[in-house]
Amino acid sequence: MKKLILSLSLAILGSALLIAGGYKVGDKAADFKLENVDGNYVSLSDYSDASGFIVVFTCNGCPYAKAYQDRIMDLDKEYGPQGYPVIAINPNNTELKPDDDLKAMKKRAMDKGYTFPYLKDANYEVFKEYGATRTPHIYVLTKQESELVVSYIGAIDDNYQDASSVKEPYLANALDALLADKDPDPVFTKAIGCSIKQK
Amino acid sequence: MRFKIITSTGLVIIWLLSSFTGNHQPRVLSFDDFEPHLHFSNDTTYVVNFWASWCTPCVKELPAFEKLGQEYKNEKVKVLLVSLDFPKQIDSRLIPFIEKNEIGSEVLVLNDPDANKWIDRVDATWSGSIPATLIYNSESRLFREGVYSYDELKEIVEQKLN
Repeated sequence: MKKLILSLSLAILGSALLIAGGYKVGDKAADFKLENVDGNYVSLSDYSDASGFIVVFTCNGCPYAKAYQDRIMDLDKEYGPQGYPVIAINPNNTELKPDDDLKAMKKRAMDKGYTFPYLKDANYEVFKEYGATRTPHIYVLTKQESELVVSYIGAIDDNYQDASSVKEPYLANALDALLADKDPDPVFTKAIGCSIKQK
Repeated sequence: MRFKIITSTGLVIIWLLSSFTGNHQPRVLSFDDFEPHLHFSNDTTYVVNFWASWCTPCVKELPAFEKLGQEYKNEKVKVLLVSLDFPKQIDSRLIPFIEKNEIGSEVLVLNDPDANKWIDRVDATWSGSIPATLIYNSESRLFREGVYSYDELKEIVEQKLN
């Protein structure tokens, strides 16, 4: 009986962990191969010179994602040359959100002049592996030896409404810390965002 | 006497005007001002739904919350719709939405941009995506991210009432 209870509790614990899912800071991150708006496939391993990455789960329609798109471009311009380029990934199911298909993504990237890849998570697997739940949702990865380690998860800053009123640029602070060989603080923040649309 | 009549007529006019124009004007609160709504301790069950008029799944589940409020209007159940619409879209988008859909539940606007400071104060398991709903009374709390059906809401509320 005790064994049964133990295995039951383990099973419940296991499924709870599965549901919670996703990466925590310090976890190793998996590479991927996803189609970009230019038709090419992109993997993180293509970037041999990068020190790390700003992985942004985002989309075309979400008002929060739109409010941040210019700031994401600015982050790529500032931190890309310092070794942390932006990699944007659109995880929304295109049957539910046709405006998040590659054609619409390509138009957005062209209209805005994205300087970074904008990839489609076509099998809806990468965002699940990472544990992204909303758009925008940020994961900073750093290269350590031959591995990618999650170094920051969360928000871009403390004011989606107005970039000029930001007091705490959480993501930029984390990147500055990493570039100075320090641990980011905080390493994890939250933001309101649109739920990632899946069936 | 004449002064009294003028005053009372004036008051009636003001009341009529406010009931026509101000009826759908939701209160806009910072998180500190909003937080007591998450901790009322009485015999009522509160259903607090975080949503926005531009959020497709939120709008889809809204009728379930409206129906709940209607069906339980004589019970100790209160539905509160906490809108995260952007402040600059309250007049242009939110209020027209409330009027067009004849929303009967109370609507509040939570305007506090640094959500990192308050998301955990709603519930530590909330990642920040909407819709999200907290159902609570003085004895227990249930928080969930994602869409509810009317039947699910009804089942939870029934449990709380019994």
